[in-house]
Amino acid sequence: MKRRSLMKSAAVIAVLGFAGAPVFAQDDAKTIIGVSIPSATHGFMGGLNWHAQDSIDRLSAAYPQLEFVLATAGDAAKQVNDIEDMMATRNIDGLVVLPFESEPLTAPVKAVKDAGKFVTVVDRGLSQEGIEDLYVAGDNTAFGRVAGEYFRDNLEDGAKVVVLRGIPTTLDNERVEAFQAALEGSGVEILDMQHGNWNRDDAFAVMQDFLAKYPQIDAVWAADDDMAIGVMEAIAAANRSEEMWVIGGAGMKEIVKRIMDKDPQLPVNVTYPPALISSAIEMTALNFVSGAPMVGRFIIASQLITPENAERFYFPDSPF
Amino acid sequence: MKIDLHTLGPLVALIALVILGAALNSAFLAPANITNVLARSAFIGLIAVGMTFVITAGGLDLSVGSMAAFLAGIAIIAMNAALPGTGENWGTILIGMGVAIMGGVLAGYLNGALITKARIEPFIVTLGTMGIFRSLVTWLADGGTLSLEYGLRTLYRPVYYGGLGWITWPIIAFAIVAVAGEWVMRHSRFGRHVEAIGSNDRVARYSAIDVNRVRLLTYVLLGVLVGLAVVLYVPRLGSASGSTGVLWELEAIAAVIIGGTALKGGRGRVWGTVVGVLIMSLIDNILNLADLVSPYLNGAIQGVIIVLAVVLQREKRTADER
Repeated sequence: MKRRSLMKSAAVIAVLGFAGAPVFAQDDAKTIIGVSIPSATHGFMGGLNWHAQDSIDRLSAAYPQLEFVLATAGDAAKQVNDIEDMMATRNIDGLVVLPFESEPLTAPVKAVKDAGKFVTVVDRGLSQEGIEDLYVAGDNTAFGRVAGEYFRDNLEDGAKVVVLRGIPTTLDNERVEAFQAALEGSGVEILDMQHGNWNRDDAFAVMQDFLAKYPQIDAVWAADDDMAIGVMEAIAAANRSEEMWVIGGAGMKEIVKRIMDKDPQLPVNVTYPPALISSAIEMTALNFVSGAPMVGRFIIASQLITPENAERFYFPDSPF
Repeated sequence: MKIDLHTLGPLVALIALVILGAALNSAFLAPANITNVLARSAFIGLIAVGMTFVITAGGLDLSVGSMAAFLAGIAIIAMNAALPGTGENWGTILIGMGVAIMGGVLAGYLNGALITKARIEPFIVTLGTMGIFRSLVTWLADGGTLSLEYGLRTLYRPVYYGGLGWITWPIIAFAIVAVAGEWVMRHSRFGRHVEAIGSNDRVARYSAIDVNRVRLLTYVLLGVLVGLAVVLYVPRLGSASGSTGVLWELEAIAAVIIGGTALKGGRGRVWGTVVGVLIMSLIDNILNLADLVSPYLNGAIQGVIIVLAVVLQREKRTADER
């Protein structure tokens, strides 16, 4: 545990150093919004960090009365410290937080709310309801369902598919259950499900074993674009690229590009956009600069990326 | 050459695993599956052979997984940067290979020098460099993924997937390094010095062995082997990110210990390490091929087999010493 947190906090320093975390002079006339997110330890979070920085730059230029404090944390304990520091030293007026874990962050975020601040919680809910003013999240159930419906509609009766799962979490369970529910009664058979841990190398090894085990596979739900890349490499090495197509997820730019180019092996993709952090930051900013009501729950739909609409989901500058 | 009883325990476990795998799924012994498993083992295998020397000399290196990710990152950056000047040919790829190997030498030297010259505990030094290498690659990749330019990838790809028939290059490299490692450990002066230092470094010093130099060399050797593993790893997926090589250090250390090398140093078994590496990757393979248990329990099965392999080896050893 010690070893991991050291590793991650080192990553935080690197990210902060690179992004050039904004350091503003203290000014009481300004509204200060704190943004606390996990550090960029894998592709999706890298993208999320990039979009957070991008939104902050844009909003700082558009609204000079707003100031932002961005902190990235490698673990829950560091994130709690970040939020306490924001309260103690920067006297923030609003907080946008993507909790590393629900339980440990609930009390500190509640303390911010009790101090009368505007609180936006992103993606992972707190373990106690009714703390946040605004909740912005992706839709994990729809993420699995949209993919499952595509499989149901585009595969013959009796077709066989394999599934790569992520790191064992409730989030992964919600996706997989929705995927299975969408396939129910369709005659499409799920041969096997194994954990590829949202990692290219792990997914590569799992897919190699699936290919050795099953002579017939018609499609693969890789459930994540990093895993999709490992999966496609394993399929190519076994010379079976013609036999099956692969659906990833989350909208990585390289994959979206290949969908734009009508790659037959990657017909579509399902979004779970890292840019959801931008929605959260922008809406929080609007709460302070406009009279528009910004309180409630905002669930970002998981959409199907097809060759026709792929351009809308392509961010060539993002690292993800 | 005498057959060593200490290696019999893990060997029994390996043979049991092979029989189990063959019984559970007929695809297990198919040449394609054997190639997959051996080629996948090669990265950890190369690193674990180097780790055998470090541990035998009484050291430890926790940084190898992060080092592999970092070396893969700089090799990819170097090749992409050289591409406009040198063109899409093997020259560019050789530059990348050179960067990976030289980077490995320097990274290993850094670890070794901090341990032998600055006299800091290996655990602390390599814990520090582990964090440094990992965050450097995350920083270089801007939190995302570094990808090798497409044309170069296509050219470089056969280094992982190609070979002599079913025997692909990673397998060949692993076999050569294992044989050479075994020879160096058993028959060279360097190998005997490594074992002497691990057994008792004060006695070794009195015997006129340059203890610091030999220790430093074990870390440099490990660095070179990490570089070689990277040379074979990059063509597989053509990318590196912050999540490349996570926990490789622990897999390598576990393979070394399963193989009968003592964690406290003094006794090195390169053949045992090879067996240990194969056990580790066979467990994964068998768990994927057979629906024995819930995937949530894969880690537990792995843990049980690792401990069992070491227990078998301990019993053999007490019988041997009695």
